[in-house]
Amino acid sequence: MSTFWSAWVIIITLICLAFVFITLYLNQKNYTGVEEGEEMGHEFDGIKELNNPLPKWWRNMYWATGIWAIFYLALYPGLGSFEGLFGGWRSSNQDIRSIAESKAAVVASKEAGIRVAYDKEIVHAEEVFGPIFKAFAEKNINQLLADDDALEIGQRLYLQNCSQCHGSNARGGEGFPDLTDKDWLYGGEFEQIKQTLMHGRKAAMPAWQASLGDQGIKDMTAYVLTLSGREAKEGSAAAGKAQFAICSACHGTEGQGSLALGLPMGAPNLTDDIWLYGGSERAIQETLAYGRNGVMPAWKDILGKDKVHLISAYVYSLSNSK
Amino acid sequence: MSSTSSISPNYNFDVVKQFAVMAVVWGIIGMSCGVLIAAQLVWPELNFDTPWLTFSRIRPLHTNAVIFAFGGCALFATSYYVVQRTCNVRLFSDKLAKFTFWGWQVIILSAVISLPLGYTTSKEYAELEWPIDILIAVVWIAYAIVFFGTIVKRKTSHIYVANWFYGGFILTVAVLHIGNSMAIPVSLTKSYSIYAGAVDAMMQWWYGHNAVGFFLTAGFLGMMYYFVPKQAERPVYSYRLSVVHFWALVSLYIWAGPHHLHYTALPDWTQSIGMVMSVILFVPSWGGMINGIMTLSGAWHKLRTDPILRFLIVSLSFYGMSTFEGPMMAIKSVNALSHYTDWTVGHVHSGALGWVAMVSIGSLYHMIPKLFGKEQMFSTKLINIHFWLATIGVVLYIVAMWISGVMEGMMWRSVNADGTLMYSFVEIVAEKKPYNILRWIGGCFVVTGMVLMLFNVIKTITSDKRADKANNLAAQPA
Repeated sequence: MSTFWSAWVIIITLICLAFVFITLYLNQKNYTGVEEGEEMGHEFDGIKELNNPLPKWWRNMYWATGIWAIFYLALYPGLGSFEGLFGGWRSSNQDIRSIAESKAAVVASKEAGIRVAYDKEIVHAEEVFGPIFKAFAEKNINQLLADDDALEIGQRLYLQNCSQCHGSNARGGEGFPDLTDKDWLYGGEFEQIKQTLMHGRKAAMPAWQASLGDQGIKDMTAYVLTLSGREAKEGSAAAGKAQFAICSACHGTEGQGSLALGLPMGAPNLTDDIWLYGGSERAIQETLAYGRNGVMPAWKDILGKDKVHLISAYVYSLSNSK
Repeated sequence: MSSTSSISPNYNFDVVKQFAVMAVVWGIIGMSCGVLIAAQLVWPELNFDTPWLTFSRIRPLHTNAVIFAFGGCALFATSYYVVQRTCNVRLFSDKLAKFTFWGWQVIILSAVISLPLGYTTSKEYAELEWPIDILIAVVWIAYAIVFFGTIVKRKTSHIYVANWFYGGFILTVAVLHIGNSMAIPVSLTKSYSIYAGAVDAMMQWWYGHNAVGFFLTAGFLGMMYYFVPKQAERPVYSYRLSVVHFWALVSLYIWAGPHHLHYTALPDWTQSIGMVMSVILFVPSWGGMINGIMTLSGAWHKLRTDPILRFLIVSLSFYGMSTFEGPMMAIKSVNALSHYTDWTVGHVHSGALGWVAMVSIGSLYHMIPKLFGKEQMFSTKLINIHFWLATIGVVLYIVAMWISGVMEGMMWRSVNADGTLMYSFVEIVAEKKPYNILRWIGGCFVVTGMVLMLFNVIKTITSDKRADKANNLAAQPA
């Protein structure tokens, strides 16, 4: 805030406060020329007004809020860019645009001795809860699978951070993989799951409408249907198969998916009956024509590696009973 | 020709009658929408898998209908009635007044159609799209011309306090509506706000909280200042108190919006100012309550026999309660618990049902027989039943929301020994079920009362019993 706007805000705030309390002060005296408790002498549609004094308890309460307001505005930020006398208290580091900026601001305000409420809460939580997660982070997957506490905490972290997309029961939904089955896009080993959680994943199924055209999409759909053992127009499927080379770079020549080939692009296996975006003819056509862009966020900076370790163990446990 | 020609001076009561009757009709519709969505919170299948019956579309219809259709019609009716009688002069312009009635009804109808269809700006309490917003601005300016025009040509030396509040409400709502609704249209049914990010949020709640402060408070205080002394037949308790609390209310309310945005991207200084002004506001708000309730001193016994007065006085008690609760909830650390919970919903309804609806209902019961030249309402007994239905309904509603809201807030912040949250979102939703049922029952009580009111109003209008002339004239200024 520039000095001008800061001064503008301060002046208007103070004028408003002064105005209401001066009004109060002036009306504590009887300026009306009418005895207290008597009628004011005007009448509106039969309604008269008495000149009763302001109730004393009410007046006192009013002044009390005014005095409190002055103290509050002196101690905390409230008057323009004046930071307050209370050690520069602030609720959080504002104007932050990235996690990196946030981290830098935490260090900077700590060095400057500024009391940032949010930072203090985070530091406190880190002190109290950090060691618990640190201890779990040192255990390997087999130890965690045998540890009910670890899996329960993992489940709670999952419910708070992952269930919005993957569902409370982890069965996923359209566009969000089921985590309870054995079908994986980027691998179901513990370390692979952890890798996915830590760094996120970006899937990119290109849109083929422009290069294949309407008939091409129909043909390819027919062929993809046959890959999972379903029926399709033979001629059409054969035409699709002739073009399948463009797909096989990611999905493999047999449509078995990138994981089976040991490749990292998360291209699904097309020969099973699991379909992330729907397996109907129409859904497959849509996927082929317009492409898909699945995004799994990276949790490393949001939750930290210790918590990710526990969530990974929980997710692993869903498809691997101990 | 005019049905009011027998009353002198020659007031325009036609437009008042229209607004008064429509207030009751829209009250039933708006509150029924509320009952439907309250039921959907317990039994979601009640949206019948129909897009325009879903909570997300009926909820804005509910809020718009109760605030602007029910509350708005009650404010138009009473302000036109009060400004004429306390200025001792006919409305400034019959034609413009007529335009405000039909204009306002068209606005409400377009809300009833466009909101369920899903057309929305997504700004709370300002969901209507830009063509309707323009119509609102035009009607509102016409309203201001009629109201202030009448004040200008008044035949009394002073301007009565009720008119200060009505005037403040009309002026400020014009500014708020125009300021917040500024948008760039991209089609007839879609526009984008000219504000972005935190500024947009701040504008929205500057508007939003002053919809509460000026539409739902100042306007209804105007109502209170006429109908309470009139019904109690007692003088207003303190002229000086009304001066202090009027100026404090209009000065402080305008700052209070940021308390809706505590712990958000809003700068700290803005949040602090919103909180400080909100807390101070508690005292002048109580000034209004004191002035209303103390007006009854010397006439307390009337509460035993007069259900209309009971509506008015109980409304003031709810006003006092919610203006204590609101400033407390505006304190940052309290807000950390209450925000986003049912507590807020309960607070709003203790204000909207307890204060706004009850003071309107009391005023309408006072006014309607006078408008239609009847001695009194068709059935006082039905008013009494309505009073108890409304009171029990409101109490059930707000108690349910207090319990549910505080419980919800506590469950959200509960953590296990390892720092993970103790409850998942859906577990908390399940826990709220009994309170949501209670809230729905409370709403049913309130709507039942409104249906009785409509019956009573129709019977009053159609009954043959005329007020005897001497009695009616006694209520006129000398």
